[in-house]
Amino acid sequence: MPKETKTMNLNFGPQHPAAHGVLRLILELDGEVVEKADPHIGLLHRGTEKLIEHKTYTQAVPYFDRLDYVAPMNQEHAFALAIEKILKIKVPIRAQYIRVMFCEIGRILSHLLNVTTQAMDVGALTPTLWGFEEREKLMGFYEKVSGSRLHANYFRAGGVHKDLPIGLDSEISEFCNSFPKIIDDLETLLTDNRIFKQRNVDIGIVSKQDALDYSFSGVMLRGSGVPWDLRKSQPYDCYNNFEFNIPIGKNGDCYDRYLCRIEEMRECVKIINQCLEQMPKGPIKTNDGKISPPAKKDIKESMEALIHHFKLFTEGYRVDKDEIYTAVEAPKGEFGVYLISDGSNKPYKCKIRAPGFSHLQAMDYLIKGHMLADVPAVLGSMDIVFGEVDR
Amino acid sequence: MNLEDLEKLINSELTTKINSSAINHDELKLKIDEEDLHSVLLFLKNDTRTKFRQLIDITAVDYPERDARFKLIYFLLSHENNLRLNIEFEIKESYQVKSITSIFPSSNWMEREVFDMYGIHYKDHPDLRRILTDYNFSGHPLRKDFPLTGHNEVRYNEEDKKVIYEPVKLEQNYRNFDYESPWEGTKYIEEITKK
Repeated sequence: MPKETKTMNLNFGPQHPAAHGVLRLILELDGEVVEKADPHIGLLHRGTEKLIEHKTYTQAVPYFDRLDYVAPMNQEHAFALAIEKILKIKVPIRAQYIRVMFCEIGRILSHLLNVTTQAMDVGALTPTLWGFEEREKLMGFYEKVSGSRLHANYFRAGGVHKDLPIGLDSEISEFCNSFPKIIDDLETLLTDNRIFKQRNVDIGIVSKQDALDYSFSGVMLRGSGVPWDLRKSQPYDCYNNFEFNIPIGKNGDCYDRYLCRIEEMRECVKIINQCLEQMPKGPIKTNDGKISPPAKKDIKESMEALIHHFKLFTEGYRVDKDEIYTAVEAPKGEFGVYLISDGSNKPYKCKIRAPGFSHLQAMDYLIKGHMLADVPAVLGSMDIVFGEVDR
Repeated sequence: MNLEDLEKLINSELTTKINSSAINHDELKLKIDEEDLHSVLLFLKNDTRTKFRQLIDITAVDYPERDARFKLIYFLLSHENNLRLNIEFEIKESYQVKSITSIFPSSNWMEREVFDMYGIHYKDHPDLRRILTDYNFSGHPLRKDFPLTGHNEVRYNEEDKKVIYEPVKLEQNYRNFDYESPWEGTKYIEEITKK
Protein backbone atom coordinates (compact mmCIF):
# COMPACT_ATOMS: atom_id res chain seq x y z
CA MET A 1 0.00 0.00 0.00
CA PRO A 2 1.50 3.40 -0.95
CA LYS A 3 2.27 5.68 1.92
CA GLU A 4 0.34 8.93 1.96
CA THR A 5 2.19 11.98 3.18
CA LYS A 6 0.94 15.45 3.75
CA THR A 7 2.93 18.66 4.08
CA MET A 8 2.38 20.81 7.12
CA ASN A 9 2.25 24.59 7.22
CA LEU A 10 4.02 26.29 10.07
CA ASN A 11 3.94 29.94 11.03
CA PHE A 12 7.38 31.05 12.19
CA GLY A 13 7.03 34.43 13.89
CA PRO A 14 6.15 37.29 13.94
CA GLN A 15 6.70 36.89 17.68
CA HIS A 16 9.38 34.23 17.62
CA PRO A 17 12.62 35.38 19.31
CA ALA A 18 14.76 33.90 16.53
CA ALA A 19 12.79 35.78 13.88
CA HIS A 20 14.97 38.80 14.68
CA GLY A 21 12.13 41.20 14.98
CA VAL A 22 8.90 40.96 13.09
CA LEU A 23 9.39 38.38 10.37
CA ARG A 24 6.45 36.16 9.63
CA LEU A 25 7.76 33.13 7.81
CA ILE A 26 5.28 30.61 6.47
CA LEU A 27 7.03 27.29 6.16
CA GLU A 28 5.81 24.27 4.29
CA LEU A 29 7.21 21.23 6.02
CA ASP A 30 7.51 17.64 4.94
CA GLY A 31 8.24 16.04 8.28
CA GLU A 32 11.13 18.15 9.48
CA VAL A 33 12.35 19.12 6.03
CA VAL A 34 11.46 22.57 4.76
CA GLU A 35 9.93 22.46 1.29
CA LYS A 36 9.02 26.09 0.87
CA ALA A 37 9.50 29.29 2.81
CA ASP A 38 7.38 32.34 2.20
CA PRO A 39 8.52 35.38 4.19
CA HIS A 40 5.80 37.91 4.91
CA ILE A 41 7.44 41.23 5.56
CA GLY A 42 6.18 44.73 6.11
CA LEU A 43 5.08 44.37 9.71
CA LEU A 44 7.46 47.20 10.57
CA HIS A 45 6.69 49.30 7.49
CA ARG A 46 6.57 52.94 8.51
CA GLY A 47 6.52 54.62 5.11
CA THR A 48 9.98 56.16 5.49
CA GLU A 49 10.23 57.06 1.82
CA LYS A 50 6.87 58.81 1.83
CA LEU A 51 7.73 60.72 5.00
CA ILE A 52 11.05 61.88 3.57
CA GLU A 53 9.23 63.38 0.60
CA HIS A 54 7.41 65.66 3.05
CA LYS A 55 10.42 66.74 5.12
CA THR A 56 13.32 69.05 4.44
CA TYR A 57 16.71 67.51 3.82
CA THR A 58 17.89 68.13 7.39
CA GLN A 59 14.69 66.73 8.84
CA ALA A 60 15.06 63.58 6.74
CA VAL A 61 18.34 62.50 8.38
CA PRO A 62 16.81 60.96 11.53
CA TYR A 63 14.68 58.61 9.42
CA PHE A 64 17.90 56.94 8.31
CA ASP A 65 18.78 56.05 11.90
CA ARG A 66 15.56 54.14 12.12
CA LEU A 67 16.28 51.87 9.18
CA ASP A 68 19.07 49.58 10.29
CA TYR A 69 18.90 50.62 13.92
CA VAL A 70 21.98 48.67 15.00
CA ALA A 71 24.29 50.75 12.78
CA PRO A 72 22.54 54.10 12.39
CA MET A 73 25.36 56.33 11.23
CA ASN A 74 26.30 54.17 8.25
CA GLN A 75 22.97 54.98 6.69
CA GLU A 76 23.06 58.67 7.41
CA HIS A 77 26.36 58.55 5.57
CA ALA A 78 24.74 57.45 2.30
CA PHE A 79 22.16 60.23 2.47
CA ALA A 80 24.74 62.88 3.36
CA LEU A 81 26.98 61.76 0.48
CA ALA A 82 24.10 61.95 -1.98
CA ILE A 83 23.30 65.56 -1.08
CA GLU A 84 26.97 66.52 -1.06
CA LYS A 85 27.48 65.13 -4.55
CA ILE A 86 24.52 67.05 -5.94
CA LEU A 87 25.49 70.30 -4.24
CA LYS A 88 29.21 69.68 -4.94
CA ILE A 89 30.15 70.38 -1.33
CA LYS A 90 33.72 69.74 -0.22
CA VAL A 91 33.71 68.04 3.16
CA PRO A 92 36.54 69.10 5.50
CA ILE A 93 39.08 66.36 6.03
CA ARG A 94 38.52 66.12 9.78
CA ALA A 95 34.81 65.60 9.24
CA GLN A 96 35.60 62.79 6.81
CA TYR A 97 37.78 61.09 9.40
CA ILE A 98 35.13 61.42 12.09
CA ARG A 99 32.50 59.98 9.77
CA VAL A 100 34.65 57.03 8.77
CA MET A 101 35.52 56.35 12.38
CA PHE A 102 31.89 56.28 13.44
CA CYS A 103 30.90 54.18 10.45
CA GLU A 104 33.44 51.60 11.56
CA ILE A 105 32.10 51.78 15.10
CA GLY A 106 28.69 51.14 13.58
CA ARG A 107 30.08 48.17 11.74
CA ILE A 108 31.41 46.66 14.97
CA LEU A 109 28.05 47.36 16.64
CA SER A 110 26.20 45.53 13.92
CA HIS A 111 28.57 42.59 13.60
CA LEU A 112 28.74 42.10 17.37
CA LEU A 113 24.98 41.97 17.56
CA ASN A 114 24.74 39.62 14.63
CA VAL A 115 27.49 37.20 15.59
CA THR A 116 26.38 36.91 19.18
CA THR A 117 22.65 36.63 18.55
CA GLN A 118 23.27 34.08 15.85
CA ALA A 119 25.19 32.10 18.46
CA MET A 120 22.21 32.47 20.75
CA ASP A 121 19.87 31.19 18.06
CA VAL A 122 21.88 28.00 17.84
CA GLY A 123 22.13 27.57 21.59
CA ALA A 124 24.99 29.61 23.07
CA LEU A 125 24.08 32.29 25.58
CA THR A 126 27.47 33.52 26.83
CA PRO A 127 28.66 35.31 23.64
CA THR A 128 25.58 37.55 23.73
CA LEU A 129 26.33 38.64 27.27
CA TRP A 130 29.99 39.32 26.50
CA GLY A 131 29.28 41.02 23.21
CA PHE A 132 26.60 43.31 24.55
CA GLU A 133 28.96 44.62 27.18
CA GLU A 134 31.15 45.91 24.37
CA ARG A 135 28.19 47.25 22.44
CA GLU A 136 27.31 49.24 25.52
CA LYS A 137 30.70 50.97 25.38
CA LEU A 138 30.30 51.73 21.69
CA MET A 139 26.86 53.17 22.21
CA GLY A 140 28.45 55.27 24.92
CA PHE A 141 30.66 56.80 22.21
CA TYR A 142 27.59 57.43 20.12
CA GLU A 143 25.99 59.18 23.06
CA LYS A 144 29.05 61.30 23.79
CA VAL A 145 29.32 62.55 20.27
CA SER A 146 25.66 62.94 19.29
CA GLY A 147 23.69 62.93 22.53
CA SER A 148 21.84 59.71 21.92
CA ARG A 149 22.78 56.08 22.07
CA LEU A 150 20.85 54.78 19.09
CA HIS A 151 19.25 57.39 16.90
CA ALA A 152 22.27 59.57 16.48
CA ASN A 153 21.21 62.12 13.84
CA TYR A 154 24.86 63.13 13.70
CA PHE A 155 25.94 63.30 10.04
CA ARG A 156 25.00 66.33 8.00
CA ALA A 157 25.43 67.22 4.38
CA GLY A 158 28.84 68.88 4.48
CA GLY A 159 30.25 67.24 7.60
CA VAL A 160 29.02 66.30 11.04
CA HIS A 161 26.94 68.16 13.58
CA LYS A 162 29.50 68.72 16.36
CA ASP A 163 33.18 68.08 16.92
CA LEU A 164 34.34 65.21 19.15
CA PRO A 165 34.12 66.12 22.84
CA ILE A 166 37.46 66.41 24.63
CA GLY A 167 38.85 63.08 25.73
CA LEU A 168 36.68 60.93 23.48
CA ASP A 169 39.59 60.05 21.20
CA SER A 170 41.58 58.56 24.05
CA GLU A 171 38.53 56.60 25.21
CA ILE A 172 38.03 55.17 21.74
CA SER A 173 41.70 54.33 21.50
CA GLU A 174 41.47 52.55 24.86
CA PHE A 175 38.55 50.55 23.52
CA CYS A 176 40.56 49.64 20.43
CA ASN A 177 43.33 48.27 22.65
CA SER A 178 41.03 46.10 24.71
CA PHE A 179 38.57 44.99 22.05
CA PRO A 180 40.76 42.53 20.05
CA LYS A 181 41.08 40.50 23.24
CA ILE A 182 37.27 40.31 23.44
CA ILE A 183 37.10 39.08 19.85
CA ASP A 184 39.63 36.38 20.79
CA ASP A 185 37.47 35.40 23.74
CA LEU A 186 34.38 35.22 21.54
CA GLU A 187 36.30 33.06 19.13
CA THR A 188 37.37 30.62 21.83
CA LEU A 189 33.67 30.19 22.60
CA LEU A 190 32.50 29.75 19.03
CA THR A 191 35.04 29.19 16.27
CA ASP A 192 36.10 25.66 17.23
CA ASN A 193 33.01 24.89 19.23
CA ARG A 194 31.64 21.52 18.12
CA ILE A 195 27.98 22.42 18.51
CA PHE A 196 28.36 25.78 16.80
CA LYS A 197 30.13 24.14 13.87
CA GLN A 198 27.58 21.36 13.59
CA ARG A 199 24.86 23.93 13.36
CA ASN A 200 26.60 26.20 10.86
CA VAL A 201 29.12 24.42 8.65
CA ASP A 202 27.61 23.49 5.25
CA ILE A 203 24.29 25.09 6.15
CA GLY A 204 22.76 27.64 3.78
CA ILE A 205 25.42 27.39 1.09
CA VAL A 206 25.34 30.15 -1.52
CA SER A 207 27.28 29.67 -4.75
CA LYS A 208 29.06 32.59 -6.39
CA GLN A 209 26.61 32.70 -9.27
CA ASP A 210 23.56 32.64 -7.02
CA ALA A 211 25.00 35.35 -4.80
CA LEU A 212 25.16 37.57 -7.88
CA ASP A 213 21.76 36.54 -9.21
CA TYR A 214 20.05 37.21 -5.91
CA SER A 215 21.57 40.71 -5.61
CA PHE A 216 23.57 39.82 -2.52
CA SER A 217 26.05 42.31 -1.16
CA GLY A 218 28.30 42.73 1.84
CA VAL A 219 29.19 39.65 3.85
CA MET A 220 26.60 37.52 2.04
CA LEU A 221 28.54 38.10 -1.17
CA ARG A 222 32.03 37.96 0.29
CA GLY A 223 31.23 34.79 2.21
CA SER A 224 30.73 33.13 -1.17
CA GLY A 225 34.15 34.22 -2.37
CA VAL A 226 33.40 37.36 -4.36
CA PRO A 227 35.97 40.01 -3.45
CA TRP A 228 33.73 43.06 -3.44
CA ASP A 229 33.64 45.84 -0.89
CA LEU A 230 32.58 49.37 -1.77
CA ARG A 231 35.09 50.78 0.69
CA LYS A 232 37.83 49.40 -1.59
CA SER A 233 36.25 49.37 -5.03
CA GLN A 234 34.39 52.68 -4.98
CA PRO A 235 35.93 54.46 -2.01
CA TYR A 236 33.96 57.34 -0.52
CA ASP A 237 35.10 59.97 1.96
CA CYS A 238 38.66 59.17 3.04
CA TYR A 239 38.60 55.36 2.84
CA ASN A 240 41.48 55.66 0.36
CA ASN A 241 43.81 56.67 3.17
CA PHE A 242 43.55 53.48 5.18
CA GLU A 243 45.17 50.11 5.02
CA PHE A 244 42.80 47.29 5.68
CA ASN A 245 41.95 43.87 4.31
CA ILE A 246 38.70 42.47 3.05
CA PRO A 247 38.06 38.99 4.45
CA ILE A 248 36.63 36.58 1.88
CA GLY A 249 34.86 33.28 2.54
CA LYS A 250 35.38 30.07 0.63
CA ASN A 251 32.32 27.83 0.96
CA GLY A 252 29.56 30.40 1.24
CA ASP A 253 27.95 28.68 4.22
CA CYS A 254 26.77 30.15 7.52
CA TYR A 255 30.08 29.36 9.18
CA ASP A 256 32.11 31.26 6.57
CA ARG A 257 29.89 34.26 6.96
CA TYR A 258 30.45 34.11 10.71
CA LEU A 259 34.23 34.01 10.17
CA CYS A 260 34.04 36.95 7.74
CA ARG A 261 32.24 39.05 10.33
CA ILE A 262 34.74 38.22 13.04
CA GLU A 263 37.64 39.17 10.76
CA GLU A 264 35.86 42.33 9.64
CA MET A 265 35.60 43.45 13.25
CA ARG A 266 39.38 43.13 13.55
CA GLU A 267 39.77 45.22 10.39
CA CYS A 268 37.38 47.83 11.82
CA VAL A 269 39.62 48.19 14.85
CA LYS A 270 42.58 48.73 12.49
CA ILE A 271 40.73 51.46 10.61
CA ILE A 272 39.61 53.20 13.81
CA ASN A 273 43.18 53.17 15.08
CA GLN A 274 44.43 54.69 11.84
CA CYS A 275 41.67 57.31 12.03
CA LEU A 276 42.75 58.31 15.50
CA GLU A 277 46.41 58.52 14.46
CA GLN A 278 45.89 60.48 11.27
CA MET A 279 42.96 62.69 12.22
CA PRO A 280 43.93 66.32 11.58
CA LYS A 281 42.57 69.33 13.44
CA GLY A 282 40.25 71.70 11.67
CA PRO A 283 36.62 72.43 10.85
CA ILE A 284 34.05 69.63 11.06
CA LYS A 285 31.52 70.96 8.58
CA THR A 286 31.57 73.01 5.45
CA ASN A 287 31.75 76.74 6.05
CA ASP A 288 29.11 77.48 3.41
CA GLY A 289 26.53 79.41 5.43
CA LYS A 290 23.80 78.43 2.98
CA ILE A 291 24.11 74.79 3.96
CA SER A 292 25.56 74.37 7.43
CA PRO A 293 24.29 76.41 10.38
CA PRO A 294 26.53 79.04 11.96
CA ALA A 295 28.14 78.76 15.40
CA LYS A 296 26.08 79.97 18.33
CA LYS A 297 28.67 82.66 19.01
CA ASP A 298 28.30 84.12 15.51
CA ILE A 299 24.53 84.30 15.79
CA LYS A 300 24.93 86.73 18.68
CA GLU A 301 27.25 89.00 16.72
CA SER A 302 26.48 88.75 13.05
CA MET A 303 23.20 89.63 11.37
CA GLU A 304 24.07 87.44 8.39
CA ALA A 305 24.66 84.43 10.63
CA LEU A 306 21.33 85.04 12.34
CA ILE A 307 19.51 85.12 9.01
CA HIS A 308 21.30 81.95 7.90
CA HIS A 309 20.33 80.22 11.10
CA PHE A 310 16.71 81.27 10.76
CA LYS A 311 16.44 80.27 7.13
CA LEU A 312 18.19 76.93 7.65
CA PHE A 313 15.95 75.83 10.49
CA THR A 314 12.67 76.99 9.00
CA GLU A 315 12.95 76.55 5.29
CA GLY A 316 16.10 74.42 5.09
CA TYR A 317 18.50 74.49 2.18
CA ARG A 318 17.48 73.93 -1.41
CA VAL A 319 19.01 71.23 -3.56
CA ASP A 320 19.38 71.68 -7.31
CA LYS A 321 17.37 69.59 -9.71
CA ASP A 322 19.25 66.33 -10.15
CA GLU A 323 19.14 62.57 -9.80
CA ILE A 324 21.73 60.51 -8.05
CA TYR A 325 22.31 57.00 -6.75
CA THR A 326 24.87 56.76 -3.94
CA ALA A 327 25.84 53.59 -2.17
CA VAL A 328 27.91 52.89 0.91
CA GLU A 329 29.18 49.65 2.35
CA ALA A 330 26.91 49.34 5.37
CA PRO A 331 27.62 46.44 7.75
CA LYS A 332 24.95 44.36 6.06
CA GLY A 333 25.88 45.15 2.49
CA GLU A 334 25.32 47.80 -0.12
CA PHE A 335 23.04 50.47 1.29
CA GLY A 336 21.97 52.85 -1.43
CA VAL A 337 20.02 56.06 -1.66
CA TYR A 338 18.42 57.13 -4.92
CA LEU A 339 17.63 60.77 -4.54
CA ILE A 340 15.63 62.92 -6.95
CA SER A 341 15.74 66.59 -6.09
CA ASP A 342 13.59 69.16 -7.83
CA GLY A 343 15.25 72.36 -6.69
CA SER A 344 13.04 72.79 -3.64
CA ASN A 345 13.85 72.22 0.03
CA LYS A 346 12.38 68.71 0.03
CA PRO A 347 13.39 65.62 -1.93
CA TYR A 348 11.00 64.76 -4.77
CA LYS A 349 11.77 61.11 -4.21
CA CYS A 350 14.13 59.20 -2.01
CA LYS A 351 14.33 55.50 -2.69
CA ILE A 352 16.23 53.48 -0.13
CA ARG A 353 18.00 50.36 -1.26
CA ALA A 354 18.36 48.13 1.78
CA PRO A 355 20.70 45.14 1.58
CA GLY A 356 18.55 43.00 3.87
CA PHE A 357 15.63 43.18 1.46
CA SER A 358 17.42 41.18 -1.24
CA HIS A 359 18.97 38.84 1.30
CA LEU A 360 15.66 37.92 2.84
CA GLN A 361 14.20 37.39 -0.60
CA ALA A 362 16.57 34.45 -1.04
CA MET A 363 15.25 32.75 2.09
CA ASP A 364 13.21 30.26 0.07
CA TYR A 365 16.21 29.32 -2.06
CA LEU A 366 18.56 29.06 0.94
CA ILE A 367 16.36 26.98 3.18
CA LYS A 368 14.79 24.57 0.71
CA GLY A 369 15.73 21.03 1.69
CA HIS A 370 17.16 22.01 5.06
CA MET A 371 15.76 20.95 8.40
CA LEU A 372 13.44 23.14 10.43
CA ALA A 373 16.16 23.64 13.03
CA ASP A 374 18.38 25.24 10.37
CA VAL A 375 15.92 28.08 9.80
CA PRO A 376 17.19 30.21 12.72
CA ALA A 377 20.82 29.49 11.78
CA VAL A 378 20.34 30.64 8.18
CA LEU A 379 18.21 33.58 9.21
CA GLY A 380 20.82 34.60 11.77
CA SER A 381 23.67 34.40 9.29
CA MET A 382 21.82 36.63 6.82
CA ASP A 383 21.96 39.45 9.33
CA ILE A 384 18.42 40.70 8.92
CA VAL A 385 17.24 43.81 10.70
CA PHE A 386 13.64 44.65 10.03
CA GLY A 387 14.01 48.36 10.27
CA GLU A 388 15.74 48.38 6.90
CA VAL A 389 13.89 45.51 5.24
CA ASP A 390 10.47 47.04 5.88
CA ARG A 391 11.51 50.71 5.75
CA MET B 1 36.88 49.95 -19.27
CA ASN B 2 35.52 53.27 -18.10
CA LEU B 3 32.11 54.86 -18.44
CA GLU B 4 32.90 56.66 -21.72
CA ASP B 5 34.03 53.42 -23.38
CA LEU B 6 30.97 51.68 -22.04
CA GLU B 7 28.71 54.38 -23.42
CA LYS B 8 30.33 54.06 -26.85
CA LEU B 9 30.14 50.27 -26.78
CA ILE B 10 26.50 50.17 -25.79
CA ASN B 11 25.54 52.80 -28.32
CA SER B 12 27.25 50.93 -31.14
CA GLU B 13 25.89 47.52 -30.15
CA LEU B 14 22.35 48.59 -29.37
CA THR B 15 22.01 51.58 -31.69
CA THR B 16 18.35 51.16 -32.43
CA LYS B 17 17.31 50.46 -28.87
CA ILE B 18 18.95 53.28 -26.96
CA ASN B 19 17.00 56.53 -27.19
CA SER B 20 19.61 58.55 -25.36
CA SER B 21 22.52 58.06 -22.99
CA ALA B 22 24.29 60.31 -20.52
CA ILE B 23 26.88 60.09 -17.78
CA ASN B 24 25.85 61.68 -14.52
CA HIS B 25 27.52 61.27 -11.11
CA ASP B 26 29.69 58.29 -12.14
CA GLU B 27 26.77 56.40 -13.55
CA LEU B 28 25.65 55.76 -17.09
CA LYS B 29 22.01 56.51 -17.73
CA LEU B 30 20.24 54.86 -20.65
CA LYS B 31 16.82 55.81 -21.89
CA ILE B 32 14.99 53.08 -23.74
CA ASP B 33 11.50 51.99 -24.75
CA GLU B 34 9.71 49.44 -22.62
CA GLU B 35 9.57 46.91 -25.50
CA ASP B 36 13.37 46.72 -25.57
CA LEU B 37 13.83 46.13 -21.85
CA HIS B 38 14.42 42.38 -22.08
CA SER B 39 16.84 42.51 -24.97
CA VAL B 40 18.86 45.38 -23.47
CA LEU B 41 19.08 43.65 -20.08
CA LEU B 42 20.04 40.32 -21.65
CA PHE B 43 22.79 41.99 -23.65
CA LEU B 44 24.16 43.87 -20.64
CA LYS B 45 24.08 40.75 -18.47
CA ASN B 46 25.51 38.21 -20.89
CA ASP B 47 27.92 40.18 -23.04
CA THR B 48 31.53 39.35 -22.12
CA ARG B 49 32.54 43.00 -22.16
CA THR B 50 29.74 44.65 -20.21
CA LYS B 51 29.12 41.96 -17.54
CA PHE B 52 26.35 43.73 -15.68
CA ARG B 53 25.51 40.66 -13.68
CA GLN B 54 23.89 42.17 -10.66
CA LEU B 55 20.58 43.93 -10.43
CA ILE B 56 20.79 46.44 -7.60
CA ASP B 57 17.29 47.80 -7.47
CA ILE B 58 14.13 48.67 -9.34
CA THR B 59 12.08 51.71 -8.54
CA ALA B 60 9.48 54.00 -10.02
CA VAL B 61 8.87 57.73 -9.87
CA ASP B 62 5.43 59.27 -10.00
CA TYR B 63 4.85 62.41 -12.06
CA PRO B 64 1.06 62.84 -11.84
CA GLU B 65 1.01 65.85 -14.18
CA ARG B 66 2.67 64.00 -17.05
CA ASP B 67 0.90 62.03 -19.73
CA ALA B 68 3.21 59.06 -19.18
CA ARG B 69 2.78 59.12 -15.45
CA PHE B 70 5.46 56.74 -14.18
CA LYS B 71 9.15 56.50 -14.81
CA LEU B 72 10.69 53.10 -14.08
CA ILE B 73 14.36 52.81 -13.27
CA TYR B 74 16.54 49.70 -13.15
CA PHE B 75 19.94 49.91 -11.46
CA LEU B 76 22.69 47.52 -12.54
CA LEU B 77 26.18 46.88 -11.26
CA SER B 78 29.14 45.19 -12.90
CA HIS B 79 31.63 43.86 -10.37
CA GLU B 80 34.28 43.01 -12.94
CA ASN B 81 34.30 46.45 -14.55
CA ASN B 82 33.41 48.29 -11.34
CA LEU B 83 30.77 50.29 -13.20
CA ARG B 84 27.22 51.29 -12.49
CA LEU B 85 24.43 51.85 -14.95
CA ASN B 86 20.75 52.64 -14.86
CA ILE B 87 18.04 52.10 -17.41
CA GLU B 88 14.88 54.13 -17.47
CA PHE B 89 11.70 54.38 -19.47
CA GLU B 90 8.33 56.02 -19.08
CA ILE B 91 4.97 54.32 -19.02
CA LYS B 92 1.33 55.29 -18.74
CA GLU B 93 -0.71 54.45 -15.68
CA SER B 94 -2.62 51.54 -17.18
CA TYR B 95 0.38 49.99 -18.90
CA GLN B 96 1.59 46.50 -18.01
CA VAL B 97 5.35 46.13 -17.84
CA LYS B 98 7.14 42.90 -18.69
CA SER B 99 8.53 41.23 -15.60
CA ILE B 100 12.27 40.54 -15.63
CA THR B 101 12.20 37.69 -13.11
CA SER B 102 13.40 35.31 -15.83
CA ILE B 103 16.62 37.33 -16.22
CA PHE B 104 17.28 38.41 -12.64
CA PRO B 105 15.54 36.25 -10.01
CA SER B 106 16.06 38.97 -7.42
CA SER B 107 13.70 41.27 -9.30
CA ASN B 108 10.79 39.29 -7.84
CA TRP B 109 10.46 41.27 -4.61
CA MET B 110 11.59 44.52 -6.18
CA GLU B 111 8.75 44.33 -8.69
CA ARG B 112 6.35 43.39 -5.93
CA GLU B 113 7.44 46.49 -4.07
CA VAL B 114 6.92 48.73 -7.10
CA PHE B 115 3.50 47.14 -7.58
CA ASP B 116 2.64 47.70 -3.94
CA MET B 117 3.88 51.27 -3.74
CA TYR B 118 2.87 52.56 -7.19
CA GLY B 119 0.30 50.12 -8.51
CA ILE B 120 2.29 49.27 -11.62
CA HIS B 121 1.30 45.84 -12.94
CA TYR B 122 3.73 43.32 -14.32
CA LYS B 123 3.17 40.75 -17.00
CA ASP B 124 4.39 37.20 -16.32
CA HIS B 125 5.34 37.85 -12.72
CA PRO B 126 5.20 34.55 -10.77
CA ASP B 127 3.74 35.99 -7.58
CA LEU B 128 2.51 39.56 -7.78
CA ARG B 129 1.23 40.27 -4.26
CA ARG B 130 1.57 43.27 -2.02
CA ILE B 131 4.73 43.10 0.04
CA LEU B 132 5.24 45.98 2.46
CA THR B 133 1.76 47.20 3.25
CA ASP B 134 -0.80 45.60 5.53
CA TYR B 135 -3.01 42.67 4.59
CA ASN B 136 -6.11 44.00 2.78
CA PHE B 137 -4.53 47.42 2.26
CA SER B 138 -6.00 49.55 -0.50
CA GLY B 139 -4.26 52.28 -2.45
CA HIS B 140 -0.64 52.77 -3.43
CA PRO B 141 1.21 54.83 -0.83
CA LEU B 142 4.07 56.31 -2.83
CA ARG B 143 1.82 57.84 -5.45
CA LYS B 144 1.85 61.59 -5.07
CA ASP B 145 -1.95 61.72 -4.69
CA PHE B 146 -1.93 59.34 -1.70
CA PRO B 147 -2.22 61.38 1.52
CA LEU B 148 0.73 61.28 3.91
CA THR B 149 -1.53 60.26 6.80
CA GLY B 150 -3.12 57.39 4.88
CA HIS B 151 -6.82 56.53 4.98
CA ASN B 152 -7.15 54.14 7.91
CA GLU B 153 -5.76 53.88 11.39
CA VAL B 154 -5.83 50.93 13.78
CA ARG B 155 -6.54 50.75 17.46
CA TYR B 156 -7.43 48.16 20.05
CA ASN B 157 -11.13 48.22 20.81
CA GLU B 158 -11.78 47.42 24.43
CA GLU B 159 -15.43 46.47 23.87
CA ASP B 160 -14.88 44.11 20.98
CA LYS B 161 -11.57 42.88 22.43
CA LYS B 162 -9.84 43.13 19.08
CA VAL B 163 -7.88 45.49 16.87
CA ILE B 164 -10.14 47.53 14.59
CA TYR B 165 -9.63 49.75 11.56
CA GLU B 166 -11.11 53.26 11.47
CA PRO B 167 -10.84 56.26 9.14
CA VAL B 168 -7.97 58.54 10.18
CA LYS B 169 -8.98 61.30 12.61
CA LEU B 170 -6.37 63.99 13.22
CA GLU B 171 -6.29 66.43 16.12
CA GLN B 172 -4.30 68.79 13.93
CA ASN B 173 -3.67 68.78 10.20
CA TYR B 174 -0.22 68.21 8.84
CA ARG B 175 1.25 71.66 8.32
CA ASN B 176 2.74 72.16 4.94
CA PHE B 177 4.43 75.55 4.85
CA ASP B 178 4.66 77.42 1.60
CA TYR B 179 8.17 78.79 1.44
CA GLU B 180 7.80 80.26 -2.02
CA SER B 181 5.79 83.26 -0.73
CA PRO B 182 6.32 83.49 3.02
CA TRP B 183 5.01 87.04 3.42
CA GLU B 184 1.50 86.36 2.21
CA GLY B 185 0.90 83.82 4.90
CA THR B 186 0.55 80.11 4.47
CA LYS B 187 -2.44 78.55 2.78
CA TYR B 188 -3.95 76.90 5.83
CA ILE B 189 -4.12 80.23 7.70
CA GLU B 190 -5.77 81.76 4.66
CA GLU B 191 -8.36 79.02 4.70
CA ILE B 192 -9.09 79.56 8.38
CA THR B 193 -9.42 83.35 8.10
CA LYS B 194 -11.78 83.03 5.12
CA LYS B 195 -14.11 80.85 7.16
